[in-house]
Amino acid sequence: MINFVLLALLLIVAVGIMRLQDLFAVTMLLSIYGLMSATFFVAMDAVDVAFTEASVGAGISTLLLLVVISFTGRAERKTRHKPYVALFVVTVIGMLLLYGTSDMPYFGSSDAPIHNHVAPRYINDSMREIGVPNIVTSVLASYRAFDTFGEVVVIFTAGIAVLGLLSVSSKALSNSQPLNRPRGLYQQHIVIRIVAKILLPFIFLFALYVQFHGDFGPGGGFQAGVIFAAAFILYAMTFGLDAATAVVKPAVIELIAAVGVLLYGSVGIATLLSGGNFFDYDYLLADPIAGQHLGILLIELGVGLTVTCVMVMICFGFSLRRKAHEQKAVMNISERGPK
Amino acid sequence: MELLISISSGLCLLVGSFICISGAVGVLRFPDFYTRMHAASVTDTAGMVLILVGLMMVSPDLLVLAKLVMILLLGLLIGPTTSHVLAKSAFRNGVKPKLTSNSNDQGGDTSKS
Amino acid sequence: MITAATLAIFAAMILALVRAFAGPTLYDRVLAVNMLGTKTVLLIALLGFVMGRPEFLDIAIVYALINFISIIAVLRYSDSNNFKDPDQKSISKEL
Repeated sequence: MINFVLLALLLIVAVGIMRLQDLFAVTMLLSIYGLMSATFFVAMDAVDVAFTEASVGAGISTLLLLVVISFTGRAERKTRHKPYVALFVVTVIGMLLLYGTSDMPYFGSSDAPIHNHVAPRYINDSMREIGVPNIVTSVLASYRAFDTFGEVVVIFTAGIAVLGLLSVSSKALSNSQPLNRPRGLYQQHIVIRIVAKILLPFIFLFALYVQFHGDFGPGGGFQAGVIFAAAFILYAMTFGLDAATAVVKPAVIELIAAVGVLLYGSVGIATLLSGGNFFDYDYLLADPIAGQHLGILLIELGVGLTVTCVMVMICFGFSLRRKAHEQKAVMNISERGPK
Repeated sequence: MELLISISSGLCLLVGSFICISGAVGVLRFPDFYTRMHAASVTDTAGMVLILVGLMMVSPDLLVLAKLVMILLLGLLIGPTTSHVLAKSAFRNGVKPKLTSNSNDQGGDTSKS
Repeated sequence: MITAATLAIFAAMILALVRAFAGPTLYDRVLAVNMLGTKTVLLIALLGFVMGRPEFLDIAIVYALINFISIIAVLRYSDSNNFKDPDQKSISKEL
């Protein structure tokens, strides 16, 4: 019953996102959509997915979209043409997809192969072979470590793409006039700064808890990385971009992002060199169970490092670009002189 | 003793949820942004405290109790801060409070209040 | 009783969602999102008790922090010039 109500609310919010023209309101509605999805996953008893959706969909996406909107403006540009061709293509592909699913077994039927072969194998053998109570972590990090490797590389590629498209050369920023915006902006918000300062150690500690507690409860590298990145972004927002880039230099962030992927891949290479398959952690140490635990620990660490640094890189990339844009606008106005 | 704990927990939950619903109704029906903000922030914090205290009384073990205490402390710190941030941001960006309902006083200068 | 409290919080969320759609200024919408966030924290804690899974409290803590950071982001980025309504933009563009 509660699932129907939540799905209906999701549909209403989605229709609202389509119809509103003000991009800021759309961002707020997207945040609401993310948290409704997280609640829906909680109602369906999928705890890890709800965790990831709450942190990524409702948190980081909203932050990044707000940075972008502050750069591009709030109004949605009106499209001048009617997209009939696009509608036709979407309808055809949708029909093909629906036709393709007609051969699959019914949703949740008990004689589907996934319920007879795959799921019982994982559920019955996970504790014996890997020794980790959280089956989601054991499937993601050990049985399907190769797929998770692909996910980490995709995140890293996204970070590189943003860096390639949006990075600002350092000389464009350093030899310009100091920005003529009221510097008292941050001195005025003293309540925020103090509360953020109190909360930051707690957020970092909680992110570490989520990272290493992923074996026993919901958590793992992805969620922990996103929470870490959110803490850095909070610091950058309350204390200013200059203070944030002085604390974490962009070059170091880029390096650590690469180190995370390298660590993940090295675990695989180490298992190959020890005589097993790629990502077969039994061969890492003498005792297979201890080898599994060490393997899962190392790859979750690699995932956490990469996700943190890529999120921080994307946000800093947008903000530095915006700052360079504003500085150029200030210089143009001051060059032209007062009218 | 068990009965007393469960009755008081139920009472806290009942009062807390009533406060939350009345806050939501207030956010819908109040005429102005600042009055809605007042309804939202006060009832959010009070309802949250009562509901969490009600849950703490029936928590099964110590770890759950500790996590509920953490959520309570976080909420007490975060709730008033976000309403302060929001009201300050709205005021600095030009949202004016509706002071009287006369038509010749368009909610103008707030220096009087 | 916990189930009744869950339904009550749910009803409060739906009412706040109406305000999120209908708010005349954008700050009404941000207020509705903030209220939805705190109600979601309570809803997840209550659902955890109803379903007997204490791991949900981690999600509640995460969501409380994420809600806070989103509202701070709104303040920080609403000071920029592009956020104002178009008629106010011309006034504040002079430097």
